[in-house]
Amino acid sequence: MTRRSRSRPWILSAPALLLFLVLLLVPLAMTFILSFHSFSFYGGITPTFSLENYIEVLSDGYFYEIFGRTFAIALATTLICAAIGLPQAYFLSRMHPFWRSVMLLVVLGPLLISVVVRTLGWAILLGNKGVINDALRDLGLITSPIRMMYTSGGIVLALVHVMVPFMILAIWAALQRTDPATESAAESLGARPWTIFRRIVLPQAMPGILSGSLIVFSLSASAFATPAILGGRRVKVVSTTVYDEFLNTLNWPLGAAIAMLLLVSVLAIMVGWNRLVERRFAGVFE
Amino acid sequence: MRHNGLFAKAFSVLFAVFMLAPLVVVIGVSFTPEGFLEFPPSGLSLRWFRAILDNPDFIEAAWVSLQLGVASATVSSIFAVPAALAIGRGRFPGRDALQAFFLSPLTVPTVVLGIAFLRFLSFLNANGTFVGLMLCHAIIIMPFILRLVLASVTGLDRSQEQAAVSLGASDWTVFRRVTLPAIMPGVIGGWVLAFITSFDELTVTVFIVSPTTTTLPVRLFSHITQTTDPLVASISTVAILFTVGLMFLVDRIYGLDRLLIGEGAR
Repeated sequence: MTRRSRSRPWILSAPALLLFLVLLLVPLAMTFILSFHSFSFYGGITPTFSLENYIEVLSDGYFYEIFGRTFAIALATTLICAAIGLPQAYFLSRMHPFWRSVMLLVVLGPLLISVVVRTLGWAILLGNKGVINDALRDLGLITSPIRMMYTSGGIVLALVHVMVPFMILAIWAALQRTDPATESAAESLGARPWTIFRRIVLPQAMPGILSGSLIVFSLSASAFATPAILGGRRVKVVSTTVYDEFLNTLNWPLGAAIAMLLLVSVLAIMVGWNRLVERRFAGVFE
Repeated sequence: MRHNGLFAKAFSVLFAVFMLAPLVVVIGVSFTPEGFLEFPPSGLSLRWFRAILDNPDFIEAAWVSLQLGVASATVSSIFAVPAALAIGRGRFPGRDALQAFFLSPLTVPTVVLGIAFLRFLSFLNANGTFVGLMLCHAIIIMPFILRLVLASVTGLDRSQEQAAVSLGASDWTVFRRVTLPAIMPGVIGGWVLAFITSFDELTVTVFIVSPTTTTLPVRLFSHITQTTDPLVASISTVAILFTVGLMFLVDRIYGLDRLLIGEGAR
């Protein structure tokens, strides 16, 4: 290789690299520094270097509750997405091509529609005078409305709607790499559908479930629009707390510290998950 | 090909209902003649669509979103295409790290990106400016463009380029006349996906807008958190129809499943 062709990739990526350094790395570093500054209601932000914001977050049960709720919501969303996404991806892979393209449109289309719009739909469905409660009352199944707005359950339901396409895509991609002959072989040897699903399909779908879970979990843990609209001030998660600190309380350093803790915990969970997956399923990804 | 049983069919139908219910409800509610949210609507009226015209702030916000989407997707493509060419062909030290860096906006929680941009732009006294907003969006949407362009670059046959070079074409001519046309479907697909992502973006944008640069999702969000009336439903319906129209267009040009599943992309 000539000298020119060796430096060429770097020349080509230099503009984007510069853009990312200035507009991504510098802002993140500034936010990290900001999280060590102190804030007072009258004096505003003073550029000190102290751990007081981190100590405040880590010593207050209020913040533990918020972090706990955020990760519980993300975990529940991930489990439900896997439970729905696995059978749906499997059925998708066996559908008639026409119905499959219709179904793919139903699965993927909502991804292109703003989360605000989709969450508005859930707010209309879940309200005390919402569509679901009205229907249940008209059917005589309930007398007083079931509270679903401003609950963690409502947030999980709407998040599943937002996230399940990612899970289905990941599992479907894994299933497409498999050989349909293995299923036929199992069937010809007398295995029943459930056995085929459990012994043949599930193991082959596993890499998809694992990578899909990672995407769904990290996106759910940092979701903002859905918990903000469906949870309001009553059911706070980390991202809505950061939002309040920055735009209402104006305590930017504390907000930055909370955000940094979110970033670190999400990255730690992702790295840990990858390690775990690589160790347990080392052969699957070959 | 084996076919699905009754259970599989019922499951798929229920799943489709679940996926479509919130959208159907929003569209249904927007046709109500009443002053409050009701579903199914008691009558059919375009009252709340007319009401959009009486709310110029929503129209202005939609206009900002449109301009922002076009500008940021275009700027991001200009940066992403050469980077994708560099990463997509051949190995060089640091290649994987470079790719991971360009895809990193997908990994960092969006709320963290939002406050980081807010901190940076307010430090420069540029918070709420259109250019600031546009550059931040260009960063967030870069991974989408990069992945689709990378997929086209990896599948590219290099013999045409070599032929052009051997006939004496300059680097720029080769790029303009041979490479770019060949990867154009990927660039267009990535541009559209980036445009839609920018057009829908809320979490980052909500931190860095000013009253004059408020985007449609931010305007809708702040309206919904205060009150829900059929107006937000009718505006959402227009947004849904706009997206559906765009989807059909993309399906024609590039193929929707290819765009979203990213055939060949990693």
